[in-house]
Amino acid sequence: MSNVPAELKYTKTHEWVRAESDGTVTIGITEHAQDLLGDMVFVELPEVGRVLKSDQDCAVVESVKAASDVYAPIAGEVVGANDVLADSPELVNKEPYGDGWLFRMKPANAADLAGLLDAAGYAAVVAEDSH
Amino acid sequence: MPFIPHTEDDVQAMLAAIGADSIEALFDEIPAELLAKGLPNVPPGMSEMAVSRLLHQRAAQDGMPLCFIGAGAYEHHIPAAVWELASRGEFYSAYTPYQAEASQGTLQVLYEYQTMIASLTGMDASNASLYDGASGLAEAVLMAVRANRKSKSRRVLMPTTVHPIYRKVVRAIVKNQGIELVELDYSGSGNIEPEYLKRYEGEDYAALVIPQPNFFGVLEEVDALTDWAHANNALAIGLVNPTAMAVLTPPGQWGGKGADIAVGEGQPLGTPLSSGGPYFGFIACKQEHIRQMPGRIIGRTVDLDGKVGYTLTLQAREQHIRRAKATSNICSNQGLMVTAATIYMALVGAEGLVRVAHACHANTRALVERLTQIDCVEQVFSSPYFHEVVLRINQPAAEVLRALAAQDILGGYDLSADYPELGSAILVCATETRSEDDIGRYAQHLERILSRRKDGPICTKLRPKEGTI
Repeated sequence: MSNVPAELKYTKTHEWVRAESDGTVTIGITEHAQDLLGDMVFVELPEVGRVLKSDQDCAVVESVKAASDVYAPIAGEVVGANDVLADSPELVNKEPYGDGWLFRMKPANAADLAGLLDAAGYAAVVAEDSH
Repeated sequence: MPFIPHTEDDVQAMLAAIGADSIEALFDEIPAELLAKGLPNVPPGMSEMAVSRLLHQRAAQDGMPLCFIGAGAYEHHIPAAVWELASRGEFYSAYTPYQAEASQGTLQVLYEYQTMIASLTGMDASNASLYDGASGLAEAVLMAVRANRKSKSRRVLMPTTVHPIYRKVVRAIVKNQGIELVELDYSGSGNIEPEYLKRYEGEDYAALVIPQPNFFGVLEEVDALTDWAHANNALAIGLVNPTAMAVLTPPGQWGGKGADIAVGEGQPLGTPLSSGGPYFGFIACKQEHIRQMPGRIIGRTVDLDGKVGYTLTLQAREQHIRRAKATSNICSNQGLMVTAATIYMALVGAEGLVRVAHACHANTRALVERLTQIDCVEQVFSSPYFHEVVLRINQPAAEVLRALAAQDILGGYDLSADYPELGSAILVCATETRSEDDIGRYAQHLERILSRRKDGPICTKLRPKEGTI
């Protein structure tokens, strides 16, 4: 049973989203995702300033098994990237919701967050995945 | 894995097992009108004896002229052991041996090759080779445009001192990807003057290509050019001759930070001229760019029992793992040439390669000194050079070269088509394989040919020695 923190929002493509107090959002991949992918060896992050559409592929997480695209959960502008991952990609495995975050965005529309899955909704996605 | 064809009994047993009458019957779902009925325009096959005779005749057409042409492919002595070993069936006929389970031997050879190239170019990592120097340069340009995230222009600075055919190949490969090559003119000293780059300062370029030596054999000011590139947020691509790298500063040590990518033609390392190919391209880079490098890369690791093993690595760069994001369409390497090159470098050694380079330089100097004694032959550029020099003569280059060829001498590469501003100029080269006698023979014939023109100027005698009349 993988960890699905209640306070976060989620996508079907296994990204999590945390609303920060300054109006930006932090984005990463879920514990379920890192478990499926295996040990991370490299993370390619979007450039700060890049403008993204919802569902646009914007990052890549490369593990020993596969290289997987990461998709923007909502439209917005990239305002930060977790550069620590360049030397320590394993943080994505060890702390997927904490220090293993991928990038931060300024949403184009704060209201878009409501359209994302909540913890229960995502837990259902994980349950289906396991069948 | 040996190839043993099936016997007739094997075939019959297999057909019986699957319940088919014949091999032809397995294709009976193809409509009769679509079946190929032989090849009517192809004449009947020849016997092995007849083919052998035909090909020997064809090969003999090349002759064995005395070669003073460089221009991208160089005649070097290849120790007998190189091809004795590289011709072994295990190396010679192995086809794309990249599986770790089946090909540890060849993967180890590739790993050794990569190590040697990285060392020779002063870079952090090399791939397992590309097809040739020209397409290698195209790959380096594409790689630099991808890797340089600070640059958006997709423009690359390309000196006209880069081999003209390389420039054509790069243009053909990159133009449909929206990459523009901006050509840089050379100065009177036969290379790119760093001062000349001032006009490009402040503009956005993804990369600067720096040849060393350049097509004229002249040495470029690699430190100043590399530093300029980096100061202008462009990557530096070093296009280098591997023999030269034994005695010149390698790209990894150019300027303050070193070049970003090193690329070039590997033919001088153990591959015969073979009328133009096959050759191989090498490419190497700094660690930070390794994920943008194209081609096969072999890595060393340990297996479950802790034993050393070799395998393809960083495969997310390649199209069999991620087609849309692959760094190149290449999914192979020049395994046989690379095997020969690795054996050559191991046999000759670092010290031996230095001696080869020195011998090449000494012989080219001797050639130039001897030929410029002939009054109508002048050295065009007075700058430092390595193993090739541009000479200007007072008669059309093509005619003189033709006359020399009639004496079984390939006198040089005619530059008048690609560089008309140089007049009647030829590019001459003498490697370690040219002896004093060879040079003497070339000089005698050239002097005779140049003096034969009756309406030419009276300057066809050898300059008399000091102290004589």
